[in-house]
Amino acid sequence: MDAVTRLHRQLVDYSNSLFQEGILDNQFGHLQQLQDESNPDFVAEVVNLYFKDSERLLNEITVALDQQNVDFTKVGGHVHQLKGSSSSIGAQRVNNVCTAFRSFCEEKNIEGCQQYLQHLKQEYYLVKNKLQTLFQLQQQLLSAGGSIPAYEMR
Amino acid sequence: MESCNCIEPQWPADELLMKYQYISDFFIALAYFSIPLELIYFVKKSAVFPYRWVLVQFGAFIVLCGATHLINLWTFNMHSRTVAIVMTTAKVLTAVVSCATALMLVHIIPDLLSVKTRELFLKNKAAELDREMGLIRTQEETGRHVRMLTHEIRSTLDRHTILKTTLVELGRTLALEECALWMPTRTGLELQLSYTLRQQNPVGYTVPIQLPVINQVFSSNHAVKISPNCPVARLRPLAGKYMPGEVVAVRVPLLHLSNFQINDWPELSTKRYALMVLMLPSDSARQWHVHELELVEVVADQVAVALSHAAILEESMRARDLLMQQNIALDSARREAETAIRARNDFLAVMNHEMRTPMHAIIALSSLLQETELTPEQRLMVETILKSSNLLATLINDVLDLSRLEDGSLQLQIGTFNLHAVFREVLNLIKPIASVKKLLVALNLAPDLPEYAVGDEKRLMQTLLNVVGNAVKFTKEGNISITGFVAKSESLRDSRAPEFFPVPIENHFYLRVQVKDSGSGISPQDIPNLFTKFAQNQAIALRNSSGSGLGLAICKRFVNLMEGHIWIESEGLGKGCTAIFIVKLGIPEHSNDSNLSFIPKMPVHGQTNFPGLKVLVMDENGVSRSVTKGLLLHLGCDVMTVSSVEECFRVVSHEHQVVFMDVCVPGIDGYEVAVHIHDKFTRRHERPLIVALTGSTDNLTKDNCMRVGMDGVILKPVSLEKMRSVLSDLLEHRVLFESM
Repeated sequence: MDAVTRLHRQLVDYSNSLFQEGILDNQFGHLQQLQDESNPDFVAEVVNLYFKDSERLLNEITVALDQQNVDFTKVGGHVHQLKGSSSSIGAQRVNNVCTAFRSFCEEKNIEGCQQYLQHLKQEYYLVKNKLQTLFQLQQQLLSAGGSIPAYEMR
Repeated sequence: MESCNCIEPQWPADELLMKYQYISDFFIALAYFSIPLELIYFVKKSAVFPYRWVLVQFGAFIVLCGATHLINLWTFNMHSRTVAIVMTTAKVLTAVVSCATALMLVHIIPDLLSVKTRELFLKNKAAELDREMGLIRTQEETGRHVRMLTHEIRSTLDRHTILKTTLVELGRTLALEECALWMPTRTGLELQLSYTLRQQNPVGYTVPIQLPVINQVFSSNHAVKISPNCPVARLRPLAGKYMPGEVVAVRVPLLHLSNFQINDWPELSTKRYALMVLMLPSDSARQWHVHELELVEVVADQVAVALSHAAILEESMRARDLLMQQNIALDSARREAETAIRARNDFLAVMNHEMRTPMHAIIALSSLLQETELTPEQRLMVETILKSSNLLATLINDVLDLSRLEDGSLQLQIGTFNLHAVFREVLNLIKPIASVKKLLVALNLAPDLPEYAVGDEKRLMQTLLNVVGNAVKFTKEGNISITGFVAKSESLRDSRAPEFFPVPIENHFYLRVQVKDSGSGISPQDIPNLFTKFAQNQAIALRNSSGSGLGLAICKRFVNLMEGHIWIESEGLGKGCTAIFIVKLGIPEHSNDSNLSFIPKMPVHGQTNFPGLKVLVMDENGVSRSVTKGLLLHLGCDVMTVSSVEECFRVVSHEHQVVFMDVCVPGIDGYEVAVHIHDKFTRRHERPLIVALTGSTDNLTKDNCMRVGMDGVILKPVSLEKMRSVLSDLLEHRVLFESM
């Protein structure tokens, strides 16, 4: 099989799996729709921004939860931010975890929060990993001479 | 002593006589000797005596006579022969000389006499020259006086000063006793004493103008001597004794402005004259000299000119004052009008916005309410509420439209649309009502009517709907027929609209629509008032939509904007009515036709892209901010992003047409921005539309948004399609509340 076609198939399968596992949802597809000749790196930019932002937020949450007197409002704010970003990106699972986290913050349940912080970090790194792999595959396809396929909406 | 032989004078008895003779002779001789001396002396003194020779002769004669007499002295006594000879010689000489002198004098004396005559003659001449010089001097002085008078008179432009000065100066120059000016009264039938020299305030003496003496003066442009007894000259009570001085009167023409324009003004005209009367001092035996009369005439002319100048000036000053007053009045009227217009516009803008916001709330909530479970009575009530609020919303829109139309700020939204569809849509809307009233509605579209046209679809439909709606409303039974066709040049001109000259242009055609009904008709005199807004009249109030008086006025404005004309024909009450309008539409290019599909609903094409639409996005979350930005960029908008409320405050301007605001953040900051934007942009059409992006689906968020005056709420996440349709709805209706 020709390299382009192979890479193409690989990419399509991979991204489909991401969608099926619920790691990414339709929002990501929408983002990809916005990428065009005038904005060729749109998705990459947004995703990188997301990574930076999320990492910052996770740090803040960690610090905040390590305090003596935990400021649940602040934590809740950060989580809300993270939820917003994730939903904008289409990181569905992160989004869901954030929702649950939020309710713990409102209950001021410190163990719950700690637990969910870990959960959150896990999900985040997972999605980061997946996205980075996706981009790598895309790069390979592009350098091989192919073009990124348009994703179908669900 | 012996008696000697020497001659001794003997003193005879008549010695006394001899003595006297002796003395006389001596004196005569003396005189005779001194007279020539004197003569010589005086002749020497005077240089011009021409007869020297005569003088010499005369002198010689006298000298000899003297000598004779002198020698005579020696002959009284016995004298010697020598003495006798000398005496004889002397006498002979004397005789000769005196005869010669006598002869000479005969010639000389006439000459001398004639010298005298010449002298007399010269003296006379000198006296005459003196007299003449005196005359010339007088004349020159007169001239000087005239110049001075003229100067005085012309140095002022005030009528009273001119006349007063004239009298004063004339009085002074001519040493007059009294000087008076009689002016014609307004009626022109009398002369009134207006100014005098000596009397301070002449109390209104009047004399009729038709007196013979006055006519005599007026008919000549010379100064005329008049009798001191005539009415115009009797200014002072005669105190009996004295002889009144001579009186002269002269006319002073009162020139009017119009006189200057015609050169050959006939002498006999409706000229008005004033009369100037001058009186010499009484008992002075002075007479009027010719040069004085001339002076008076010249002065009278100058006064006339000066007076007319003064009159012209007065008139122009008056005109200028009037103009200034009018200017001030106009200015203040204009300012008032401007203030009124501004006030009205502001009022309208504010009112409309204020009225719309709750209006939309009512409509939206009522329609939501309709969706819920209701009892029949409740449903009825809700429907009524909805209908009334829709009506009210339409009215508000109409008023706003009209005010924008009048400002000239309304612009047609030109687009390509399906013309046939417009007609069908109107028909569909009208059919239910018509069928209830059992009216037949027929639509006839000419076969050559293009299917697609370029124009403002919404407003064309509005106009058509209004006209057809009127037809349906006011027809109790019968039928309504709507025809639409392309107007050719003959049918373009209407006798009722002579100022409408449509010019056929390439790529455009004139659509003519006639809506004929068999309803109550209108009487011909009411027709002109139909299109006047707010004009209320029995029949008219019925004909105008919503009874507000606005509907047809708005239609007319729209039709005018579309470079067309609208009018109504009716044969009278009860004979039905035909409404006709012609509008100019464009012919679309062929390639566009295939892109458009038949849209069966109300005309919302939506725009596929929004090029250049200036949008502001406020979102604290960086990621979602970028995503929204990307979304909007993809749709072609000009996006600016801000990440905080303060930045939003700073950056937002009237250039932004839409502001997207993320209100997910707990805390109501986003709402503050909305309130702030409302405060900052008071004029409705300057304010950007504010749309909230929220992830929460609860009604509280929606309520909050509506309360702070946001124009729309959208649920996140927003897809491209959703954003596209949201923007197009938003720009269309300027409001969007998604049902959540």
